[in-house]
Amino acid sequence: MDSSLLAVRDLRKHFPVGGSLFGKARGVVKAVDGVSFTIGSGETLGLVGESGCGKTTTSKLVLAAEEPTAGTIEFEGRNIADLSRADLQDYRAKVQVVFQDPYSSLSPRMRVGDIIAEPIKAHEALSAAEVRGRVTELLELVGLRPDAARLFPHEFSGGQRQRLAIARALSTRTRLVVLDEPVSALDVSIRAHIITLLEELQQRLGVSYLFIAHDLAAVAHVSQRTAVMYLGKLVEVGDSLELCAGPLHPYTKALFAASLPSHPDESREEIVLSGEVPSALSPPRGCSFHPRCPFAMPRCSEQEPRLLEASPGRRVACHLYSAS
Amino acid sequence: MAPLLRVSDLRAHYVGFGGTRVVKAVDGVSFSVEAGETFGLVGESGCGKTTTCHAIVRLLSPSGRIVSGRIELEGEDLVKKSQAEMRRIRGRRIATILQDPMASLDPLFSIYDQVAEPAYYHRSLRGRSLRQRVMELLAAVRIPSPERRMKDFPHQLSGGMRQRIVGAIAQAGGPRLIIADEPTTNLDVTIQLQYLNLLKDLQRATGVALIFVTHNLGIVAKMCDRVGVMYAGKIVEMQSVRGLFYRARHPYTKALLDSIPKLGVRQPLYGIPGQPPDLSALPAGCAFHPRCQRATDRCRVEEPRQHSPNGDGHVRCWLPIEEAAARG
Amino acid sequence: MATIPIGADRTIATRRAARRGLRALRQAPLIPLAILAVLVSVAILAPVLAPHGRLDPVKPTQEQCLAKYGTPDCPYVDNVPPFWSRGGRLETPLGTDFLGRDVLSRLMYGARISLIVALTGALFAGAIGTVLGVLAGYMGRWWDEIIMRITDAWLTLPSLVFAILLSSVRGPGLWNVVLILALVFWSRYSRAVRGEVLSIRERDFVKLAEISGIGKLTIIWRHLIPNVMNTVVVLFSLQVGVAVIIEASLSFLGVGVPPPEPSWGLMMAQERESLMEGRWWLEIFPGTCVTLLVLSANMLGDWLRVRLDPQLRNR
Repeated sequence: MDSSLLAVRDLRKHFPVGGSLFGKARGVVKAVDGVSFTIGSGETLGLVGESGCGKTTTSKLVLAAEEPTAGTIEFEGRNIADLSRADLQDYRAKVQVVFQDPYSSLSPRMRVGDIIAEPIKAHEALSAAEVRGRVTELLELVGLRPDAARLFPHEFSGGQRQRLAIARALSTRTRLVVLDEPVSALDVSIRAHIITLLEELQQRLGVSYLFIAHDLAAVAHVSQRTAVMYLGKLVEVGDSLELCAGPLHPYTKALFAASLPSHPDESREEIVLSGEVPSALSPPRGCSFHPRCPFAMPRCSEQEPRLLEASPGRRVACHLYSAS
Repeated sequence: MAPLLRVSDLRAHYVGFGGTRVVKAVDGVSFSVEAGETFGLVGESGCGKTTTCHAIVRLLSPSGRIVSGRIELEGEDLVKKSQAEMRRIRGRRIATILQDPMASLDPLFSIYDQVAEPAYYHRSLRGRSLRQRVMELLAAVRIPSPERRMKDFPHQLSGGMRQRIVGAIAQAGGPRLIIADEPTTNLDVTIQLQYLNLLKDLQRATGVALIFVTHNLGIVAKMCDRVGVMYAGKIVEMQSVRGLFYRARHPYTKALLDSIPKLGVRQPLYGIPGQPPDLSALPAGCAFHPRCQRATDRCRVEEPRQHSPNGDGHVRCWLPIEEAAARG
Repeated sequence: MATIPIGADRTIATRRAARRGLRALRQAPLIPLAILAVLVSVAILAPVLAPHGRLDPVKPTQEQCLAKYGTPDCPYVDNVPPFWSRGGRLETPLGTDFLGRDVLSRLMYGARISLIVALTGALFAGAIGTVLGVLAGYMGRWWDEIIMRITDAWLTLPSLVFAILLSSVRGPGLWNVVLILALVFWSRYSRAVRGEVLSIRERDFVKLAEISGIGKLTIIWRHLIPNVMNTVVVLFSLQVGVAVIIEASLSFLGVGVPPPEPSWGLMMAQERESLMEGRWWLEIFPGTCVTLLVLSANMLGDWLRVRLDPQLRNR
């Protein structure tokens, strides 16, 4: 367990709501409420969930863009809350991110070379020529020609821009890249290229990914392990292929049922969830999924299930699988 | 019997900068929709699928023009109608659900006002019967306690609820055809499934025909009876949905199908080389040839004509994929 | 790994950029540009172009003196009308003022003063306002609270009254007018810039820079300021017009550029009764100059607004 690159333990992030500058907050949104996972070196962990489930907040915590309310994030064995200023800078160099929208993630007024070089200049003392050399390497790494460095982002298509964003994320001996819906904004015919590129880069560089998406098929394709999130909590974690073959948690089952067929005659177990994700401001008592769950038992509305090992490497938070 | 809607050789161009730039967004599109069926229009962004929809209801932006072609709704050519006549057709005979259903509700009007509007204008319902109709519509889209809900304003409803209200508004004028332009793009998967099932139920109940515009082949597989695949302003392949998924004939269709990750299968994905085309500077010959692995010299020079290899549907390609090859 | 050739893309992009440039030129507001060019070159070349001095009266001819004063010798002849009116002379094509100075020469020198005051005033205001606006928008919290409350208060000040107050403290003078303009107008920039920054800082490229541990000042300098320049340039061109008017008003009220230096506002101010008494040329010519400058600056600003917005530009 300690050989992992990133270890997140019982991470919580609560946001006060309704308070003004002087007034007291009226409530608390538990955006992330006790999440634990690990990512090994060179591994991809997929994080799936619907909007508002807390996956974006989780990514912000991992990126040290937000401070957790409770819990720890350990990177290479050290808690990032205890890092000195200089070590935190080093952490920021090693953990980078690729966002969903490649049109918003590249500054329109900077040349591509400067965009990619920005993190390098912030973290390493290299000469101008060395920086240029690194930029050339990176551009080739993501399948673009070196003379792209002189151009502005608007001269590139969406897929090429996403390649540039990936090159930037890899510019500083990066160990972990948070991929926040990296292909959702791209044209269908371009997505496969980016997914393949990410897989190739992982094999070559041994970099780890935290792959966040709502498209189960894409997540399961890219990641070795997949974690399913609902209302700030992980409900199921396991090997991607096993998870796809036999989802355990009713919410995971519903997600799979809802993901669209890949051809017209594919038959699916139809689990149509009633209602919508409840507000995180007042989550239901007990298991937060029980109001929508087709298998809910009396116990589910009283006692919160814990994330327990159901089979080796497979953890589920559901009373259906916990010995009573 | 004549189809409900027949679009023949439709061409819609955008002209900008005093005629110096012409974007042939829709360039010779023909298809027909039978009563009660679901026709899918698939393609990537910028292939002209949205322009096709806007042209059918004659709501192109000011720089857009229908250059030629016919759009026959139950035998009447919509291209020849005045805007005043079109107003009586939109909402009454053709309804549209736009890309962002969340933004298509006016925050200043109650649910009742918005659902009642098409029924008021197009069905001339007033007073009690109008109220009755609104109740029925809300019940049909499974809004719980419609009586109470119709006094609400959009911000008081959840996303999925608003989605269903938009569905109810589309139904309110009693249309024969609903054009849905990427209605579920920004929705979560479980809500998307709810909404797609709802549209199917409505279709079953009222026999309305649907044109479903999407880039998502999964939605096509779930919803559609027949599919047209658009590329660079043209329908490059048209087939029944099963035909398309099992015997794709156009290399573009095949490539699209191969580029989607399938649940629980970790095969390498096929990436289509190159970029989606720029509609104002299309290559000569077949517009897909720069990205096509099967392209020959002929494809680079001569534009392929539309032909039907064996009756079912048609394809625009000089070298369509053989059935056996497609299966293997 | 397959390399995506971008060479082809680039030539297309360059060619497209060139085409776009040509089109932009065709759509440029040629008349305002020409007017501004003429005004600026006249201001620069005033010593060469002006037929007479700006401060000294034009030496009259004997006939003029005879006709006006009955003696063949006089220091100057005042209020000579333009050349096409009765009594006008080609030597002073736009007439002379109450001290017999050539109106055309004074207008030419006046262009210098009016343009310098307007441009530098708007520029300083822009600099102050941009810096404060970016700080308020990006740093947030109490920076925002304090800067924006001051800005709001500033915007409610009647600018002319405030300017009069300032100039009565500082006394009249060209650079004082510039200072006044900067102090009056910075708030217009800071409010607009702050709004712009609020939206830019939510864009992913700013978040990316923050996540990679890049300093705040660097982010401001490299990401925020280049992206608000559109807004600032447009505001600048509009403010130049307003600054000319304020300068004219201040001079008109006697608290602007001190006489005898000619500025367009001052020229109008000194002749405020002449319109009533039929000496229209003393008011109309400087007034026309002010109008032309303000109108062209506004039209140019409007064009820039469209040109600098990538979403509007490509339509």
